[in-house]
Amino acid sequence: MPLLEVENLKVYYPVRGGILGRVQDYVKAIDGISFAVEEGETLGLVGESGSGKSTTGKAVIGLARITQGRIRFQGEDITKYVGKNHSPYRRGVQMIFQDVYSSLNPKKRVLDIVAEPIRNFEHLTPKQEQKKVEELLDIVGLSPENALKYPHEFSGGQRQRIGIARAMALKPKLIIADEPVSALDLSVQAQVLNFMKDIQQQFNLAFLFISHDLGVVEHMCSNIAIMHKGRFVEMGSKKQIYGQPMHIYTRRLIAAIPNADPGRRKEMKGLREGVAREYDLKHSQYYTKDGRVYDLKKLRDNHFVALP
Amino acid sequence: MEEEKNKMVRKELLRISNLVTSFCINGHYYAAVDGVSLGINENEVFAIVGESGCGKSALALSILNLHNKAHTKVEGNIYFKGKDLLTLSTEELNKIRGRDIGMIFQDPLTALNPLMKIGAQIEEALFYHASMNSRSRKKRALELLEQVGIQNPGLTYSQFPHELSGGMRQRAMIAIALSCKPSLVIADEPTTALDVTIQAQILDLLGRLQKEIKSGIILITHDLGVVAEMADRVGVMYAGQLVEIADVKEIFLNPLHPYTRSLFASMPNSPAGGRGDKRLPVIEGMVPSLLNIERQGCRFAPRIPWIPASYHEEVPQYHRVKEDHVVLCSCYKNFYLRKGRG
Repeated sequence: MPLLEVENLKVYYPVRGGILGRVQDYVKAIDGISFAVEEGETLGLVGESGSGKSTTGKAVIGLARITQGRIRFQGEDITKYVGKNHSPYRRGVQMIFQDVYSSLNPKKRVLDIVAEPIRNFEHLTPKQEQKKVEELLDIVGLSPENALKYPHEFSGGQRQRIGIARAMALKPKLIIADEPVSALDLSVQAQVLNFMKDIQQQFNLAFLFISHDLGVVEHMCSNIAIMHKGRFVEMGSKKQIYGQPMHIYTRRLIAAIPNADPGRRKEMKGLREGVAREYDLKHSQYYTKDGRVYDLKKLRDNHFVALP
Repeated sequence: MEEEKNKMVRKELLRISNLVTSFCINGHYYAAVDGVSLGINENEVFAIVGESGCGKSALALSILNLHNKAHTKVEGNIYFKGKDLLTLSTEELNKIRGRDIGMIFQDPLTALNPLMKIGAQIEEALFYHASMNSRSRKKRALELLEQVGIQNPGLTYSQFPHELSGGMRQRAMIAIALSCKPSLVIADEPTTALDVTIQAQILDLLGRLQKEIKSGIILITHDLGVVAEMADRVGVMYAGQLVEIADVKEIFLNPLHPYTRSLFASMPNSPAGGRGDKRLPVIEGMVPSLLNIERQGCRFAPRIPWIPASYHEEVPQYHRVKEDHVVLCSCYKNFYLRKGRG
C-alpha cells in the first residue's frame, strides 16, 4: 500500500471578468494528475516555471484548494481533511520551503519556530518542549545554544536546516520539499542534500521532491515525474527517464542540461539542435489539438509516457 | 588543436592588475575584491566562477566603475585599449560604456526601464554612440531583435518589458548590450533567472553572436555546467582572490587548488563528485563574510583543517603549473579530498 496516493488531482483557478465579476474561464494549474509515493521513497517532480509542480505540492499539503480529485494517505481517503487544522494528516505530512529568508518568522526565536508544530499537537511543559527542540536541532546538526537565537543570525544553509528541523518536529511520514536547495550555493547545497538523505534513512521518510534542477533530482530521487502544462508528460524510474526518455518534452529538457564536460561541447550542441529541430517538427504529435498533454500510457513496468 | 594555437597569439583586450575594491561598512573599508590580476584576450570567453559573496560581481562592476562612489573604493589598474579605466572621468567612461564594453545583467526586469518600449531602449545606445538618423536606428534595432532570435521583431519593438517573458527580456538585454558591437561584453549571471531550456537557447545565442562579432566576454556565473558549455578560460574566485586560472578543459580535467577541487566534487552527478546514490563530498565550514575574511596566509586553509599549516605559504604566491594554468598557494601539492564527511 503506498503512503500517499493522489488520483486525478485538479486545481483550477477561476478567471473573473466583466462588471459583475463572473467566472469566465479557468486557469488549469493542475489538470488531472495521479501518482503514488511509497514509504521511504523519493519522488521527484520536475518541470519548468509555470508547469504546476509547486501547486501540486501545495495541493497535497492543503495550501491550494483542490478542485477535483482524491488524496489517500496510508490507505485512508483524506481529501476532505486536507487543509483542516489539527487533523492527523497534518501531523504526517510536512513541508520544506524554497526561500529560507521568508519561510522563517524573523521575530521568533529558533525555539519558537521549531516548537510551533509541537505546540499545535502536543501539550508539553516548557522544559519538555525545550528538550525536544534541542534534540531536533541536534538531528539537523545545530548546537542547542542556537535555540535562543533569531533567524537573521544564521547563514542560508543553517536556515534551511532550521526549516528541516521544524518539518521533522512531529515525526512525519512524508515531507514535501519545494525547491529546498535552489537558493543555496553549490557547497551548501551538497551539505543539505546529504543531510536530507541521512534523515530519510534514519526515519524512513518519504520525500516529494520538487525541483527544476535535473542534476539534483537525479542525485536524490528514485522515481521521477516530468510536468508540463499542469499534466505529467512522463513518469518512471530515474534510469528510464534519463536513459530512455520517450516524450519529446522530456528529451528537450534533458538535452538542455549543461554538461560539465567541456570536451563534449560540440556533441551536446549537436544533440540540442537535433532535439530542437525534432521538437519544432513533431511537437504537434505529442499534444492534442488544443495543446493538452495526452493521458499517461504504460510503456513498461514503472515507465509511463503521455502519448496518443 | 589548431584552435588552441590561435588562442596563444591572441591580443590582450583588457588587463586588470592588482584590483582592490573595498566597501565602506561602519566607517571601515573591507576589500571584497582583494588584489585580482588577470588579462582577457580578444575573442575569448573568460568565465569567473565562485559562490555568493566571493566578489565576482564586485569585480565585474569595478570594470565599468558602476559602484556607488560614496561607499566604495576601487584601486589598481584596469587597462582597456591603452587607457586606464579607473582614471577616466564619468564623461569619458560614458563613451566607452555601451559602445566598447557592453553589459548583460542577471535580472532583465530590473535592468530594463519599465517605462520605455524595448525598441527605444535599444535605440538609446545607438543614439549616444553611433551617428545614425532615426530611421536607420529603427532599422538597426529591428535587425538586432531578429539576430537575438525574437520571432516577431516588429511587435516586440513596440512592447514594454513587462509584456515579454523572461527569456524574451534577456534576449532584448543582449540586443542592447551588442547594439554597438562592443569589443568586450560583461555578462553577470546572464541565465541564472531562466529555465534550463531557455538557458540553453540563450547560451547558444550568446556563443553564436560572440563568434560573429568576435568580442571578448567576461562571463560571471556560479553554474559549473554553464562554464563547461561556454568558457575558453576560467578563473575561480574565493574570498576576493582568484585562486586558480586555467584553460576550460584543463580546469575540468585537472583542477588543482583545494577550493576548485572541493567545489567540483560537491556538484551532483559530476565526474568528480558523487554519482548516483553516494554522498556528496562537502566543504567544511562556511564561506567567510566580508567582515571576517582571514587576510593573512591562505584564505582557504580554515576550511581544510586536515592539511597541516606548514603546507600553506605565509604569503601565498601564484604558481605557474603549465603554460595556461596558474594556482595560488603551494597547498595544492599536498591536498587530498576527505571522503565521507559532512
